[in-house]
Amino acid sequence: MKPAALAWVLLCGALFGFGLSVSTMVKPEVVLAFLTLHDMGLLLVLGGAVVVTFIAYRLAPRLLAKPLAGPAFLQHPSQMGARTLGGAALFGIGWGLSGVCPGPAIAGLGVGNYPILIALAGMVAGAYVQGRFFGR
Amino acid sequence: MDLFPLGWQHYLAGGMLLGAGVGLLYAATGLIGGMSTVFTTVWSYFSSFPYFREERFVASRQWRLVYAAGLVLGAAAWMLTIGEPFQTHVPAWQLAVGGFIAGFGARLSNGCTAGHGICGMASLQGPSMLAVAIFLATAIATANLARLFA
Repeated sequence: MKPAALAWVLLCGALFGFGLSVSTMVKPEVVLAFLTLHDMGLLLVLGGAVVVTFIAYRLAPRLLAKPLAGPAFLQHPSQMGARTLGGAALFGIGWGLSGVCPGPAIAGLGVGNYPILIALAGMVAGAYVQGRFFGR
Repeated sequence: MDLFPLGWQHYLAGGMLLGAGVGLLYAATGLIGGMSTVFTTVWSYFSSFPYFREERFVASRQWRLVYAAGLVLGAAAWMLTIGEPFQTHVPAWQLAVGGFIAGFGARLSNGCTAGHGICGMASLQGPSMLAVAIFLATAIATANLARLFA
């Protein structure tokens, strides 16, 4: 990938990480407060993110012949099936136990949340076991 | 009952900011900015097992690592400007076991709260919407059970 594209990726990742921090989703305690139905904030985070992304996904291919620094607008269709749905059920169990999902686990390092390294190590190990024994 | 005991503005503002990151990534590079795949692609650097060497993982491993580095930098920028350092008090065993199950499940499902929750829902994909409904349900059930036994 060209350096210009990678610079965009870094910038967009930084926006993502900054937004995760502003929304306090980097705090597992806040996520768990939503999951135990004490604070509905996570729905506003998800809703706000989906609406903005939806607009970008619709507008960008109409306004631009191709991405500013890339060859084409990609698509990533999700598959309907037992893996997608069963995996989602398992993901929810892990998320509900820890209050940590991949984005905040990574961004957490930037706010000095070093205990999150334990969750990150768990995720990297979980991804290995999935790929090694349940990949296809 | 107060739906937002800590206020609501920062939730909406933060969500729109991170959505802007995912949206701008698409406008600038055409890439779909899910997050959990990076946990699989990092293994392509260390493992010769065929699954980890698949083209889709090897081809995207570089930008996914850069994207993850951006997340850390953006969060650090927040901490150094308007925010402050934070450390979680969730017990280590919950982080370890929960992290493992979440990592395994997200990769089996090929998506997490970012991939299915933001990218998949923003592109109106049925399987992603169903995945989100399912993981919200199991997460709410698990968090309440864990709280009961804590």
